[in-house]
Amino acid sequence: MVKLTINGKSHQIDVESSTPLLWVIREQVGLTGTKYGCGIAQCGACTVHIDGKAVRSCALPVSAAAGKRITTIEGLAAGGVLHKVQKAWLDHEVPQCGYCQAGMIMAVAALLAEKPRPTDADINAGITNICRCGTFQQVREAIHAAAKA
Amino acid sequence: MTSMPRISRRNFIIGTAAVGGGLALGLRLPFGPGVVRAADGSPEINAWVVIRPDDTVVIRVARSEMGQGTITGLAQLVAEELECNWSKVTYEYPTPGQSVKRKRVWGDFSTGGSRGIRMSNEYVRQGGAAARIMLVQAAANQWGVPAAECSAANSVITHRPSGRTVTYGRVAEAAAKLPAPDPKSIKLKDPKSWKLAGQSVKRLDTMDKLTGKQVYGFDLKLPGMLNAAIRDCPVFGGKLKSFNAGKVARMKGVKKVVRVGDSAVAVVADTWWHAKTALDALPVVWDEGPNAKVSSASIAAVLKAGLDAEQAFVGNQAGNANAAIASAPSKIEAVYSYPFQNHACMEPMNATARYTPDKCEVWVPTQDGEASFAALLAASGLPADKCEVYKINLGGGFGRRGAFQDYVTQAVQIAKQMPGTPVKLLWSREEDMLHGHYHPIMQCKLTGAFDASNNLTALHVRLSGQSILAAVRPHIVEKDKGRDPLVFQGLATSGEHAFGYTFPNLLIDHAMRNTHVPPGFWRGVNINQNAIFMECFMDELADAAGQDPLEFRRRFMAKHPRNLGVLNAVAERIGWSKPAPKGVYRGLAHMKAFNSYVAAAAEISVQDRGKVKIHRIVAATDPGYAVNPAQIERQIAGSFVYGLSALFQQECTVKNGRIVEENFDTYNSMRIAQMPKVECIVMPTGGTVWGGIGEPTICVAAPAVLNAFFRATNRRIRTIPLKNHGIELV
Repeated sequence: MVKLTINGKSHQIDVESSTPLLWVIREQVGLTGTKYGCGIAQCGACTVHIDGKAVRSCALPVSAAAGKRITTIEGLAAGGVLHKVQKAWLDHEVPQCGYCQAGMIMAVAALLAEKPRPTDADINAGITNICRCGTFQQVREAIHAAAKA
Repeated sequence: MTSMPRISRRNFIIGTAAVGGGLALGLRLPFGPGVVRAADGSPEINAWVVIRPDDTVVIRVARSEMGQGTITGLAQLVAEELECNWSKVTYEYPTPGQSVKRKRVWGDFSTGGSRGIRMSNEYVRQGGAAARIMLVQAAANQWGVPAAECSAANSVITHRPSGRTVTYGRVAEAAAKLPAPDPKSIKLKDPKSWKLAGQSVKRLDTMDKLTGKQVYGFDLKLPGMLNAAIRDCPVFGGKLKSFNAGKVARMKGVKKVVRVGDSAVAVVADTWWHAKTALDALPVVWDEGPNAKVSSASIAAVLKAGLDAEQAFVGNQAGNANAAIASAPSKIEAVYSYPFQNHACMEPMNATARYTPDKCEVWVPTQDGEASFAALLAASGLPADKCEVYKINLGGGFGRRGAFQDYVTQAVQIAKQMPGTPVKLLWSREEDMLHGHYHPIMQCKLTGAFDASNNLTALHVRLSGQSILAAVRPHIVEKDKGRDPLVFQGLATSGEHAFGYTFPNLLIDHAMRNTHVPPGFWRGVNINQNAIFMECFMDELADAAGQDPLEFRRRFMAKHPRNLGVLNAVAERIGWSKPAPKGVYRGLAHMKAFNSYVAAAAEISVQDRGKVKIHRIVAATDPGYAVNPAQIERQIAGSFVYGLSALFQQECTVKNGRIVEENFDTYNSMRIAQMPKVECIVMPTGGTVWGGIGEPTICVAAPAVLNAFFRATNRRIRTIPLKNHGIELV
């Protein structure tokens, strides 16, 4: 049994402690916004927040997240109001296929929490998610827009 | 309307509920005479347009959305002719089964070859226009006035003499009962008078991608669904000999271990993680067969021999290149090569199937619903009226999810062994990397001959390598007496991939050398390697002739004004005629592909011999018509991510008959830090032919950068990817 707090809600989950957090979020909790892309923490599609920090959940055993505050893409818009990153993503029409964007948005939200006015160099160092559609030009524009919002 | 499809209400509910509604459309039997209804009972004006009583316009889109914006673009084209209120437009996918039952009323579902908009623009605009004509007629009938006295705009019909108005929603029911106008009587708008098409309106499908709500194939949930993980023989062509299910039968969540076809084994479990964990522990014995001896080196040797082979298929020729080269006072020669590459869609391959002897259904992210339907029919053994495919959003396609439906076949083969239970098959990233349909491998020897005054007199381009069509569409190759016409994309005599130069003596030919590694249509297909070969060698020829690369190209482009148009546009914007900033070097390239003309100019600098910084790329595209310029710009910028990742980082190598690179740690993809600033010039010049957007630009990314790299370093790189030369993008 693992106790998880996800998007403010607690869950008691009967799962092996070595199961990656990603699959517990998707298969036991049923929140499918967080994506699988590689399983080895390379691509960032599975990015969630743990105690406010961006973490790649595909290679993190669920036991490491027990008792911590987990936020997924479904919990980013507090009270149904889009987070400023989501709003900037909408205004700048960032997503193409959109599959990687949940992870991208979570990574950017965590970056902005730490660095409210990131430089291009901060973005380059902090955002290392893969996007195969190639939305990076819009991602960068939208990060700067969100920082100003 | 006795020919209406008989699709049960129950099946429709399952279909739409499964994908969150709105994506799969259902049809009920008609309520009234002649009216076909959408799932919610709203009348269908025609196959493309449903109008709800609240004036919401539902536009049907048969092509698949995988990020390229085709839903929005096609809806704009329908709405332009329909004269409806854009803010009330939504969309839905018809299903392939319905299309078959309605004599393919929605046309081709295939969404590859950059054909989503260009190949369906005419009939979808006609669909919008026909619906408008019917709505206006219905209003005119209601008022007892001639239709000619009425006009439509913004979903409102106005009787001009009296000023009476009515909205589309109020007359939709009556319009749906009217006969469709003769398509020949419909006059489409001149694109010059477009109000909505041609505008950078916002996409219709963004919001759900921001909140986690959008359902992709592998997010699907069905009641009672189980999950499957699969392993196919890692050696292409190998077989599954045996597996020991007993070893994993008691592992947590495991329901069944099944043979899939003759080469794969799958574990079905309550969760995918349990299925994968058990699969990793499953003892499997393969019969790897003779292909287990094949390696990258043995494949390269076969291709190398083809460079000088006597027999080759001719793709393009003028004069007598061989004779001109033989007698020339000077010549230069170079050999290039392009590797196998995987599409590496962010969402690995997946499909969900439910089989009973009376019905087989598949939910799948697909670029071609009809290809999925065909795979389902073949694998299930059921007739078409007992099969249905529900298209779900794709997490990337890039050509992997169109012609190739191996995951659908497997999902049905698994589901057949568990009748009544829906099973979702998801490939791991490793499975996805090991079982691609790869960018074809190709080598190329180019020979250019000069006369005594340094004029280029002849060019021979010898391709040696894989044919996609020989593997995927053998009937086309057979019909062409063994030749694969597609291998000459961008180098062809005429057509949508016509060569952009005219030379006095020219020979472009192909020594077909196929391998056991299955080739596929990889975003851009054969233009990727052909643009590198041709456009890099043009720079080599220009250098040999002692001429500026742009000036040298122009000498052979007089008969190719639209190629020249895009090339001039990027040269001007990058400032080709003026010196580059200190330490910055330029390169350019152009090509005609998928009926669009594209060019790129790059500015780069190089540190420590191999650290490449791309400062700026200018890209021009002339697609004839531009339906949504903002989305075109996004496709172009994204093309550089796909094309430059391939140039710098990506190669699938072969060892013991299997692919070595299993994940993004060894098969990398560009990150935001490496993304150059891309400036787009969208310059449609009209004409009778529409060009594609999603693919063409990819092919000019690599040669523009390679040509700049040579200017910067005096090193001419002829084998891809650059990581093998110690060169990286920073």
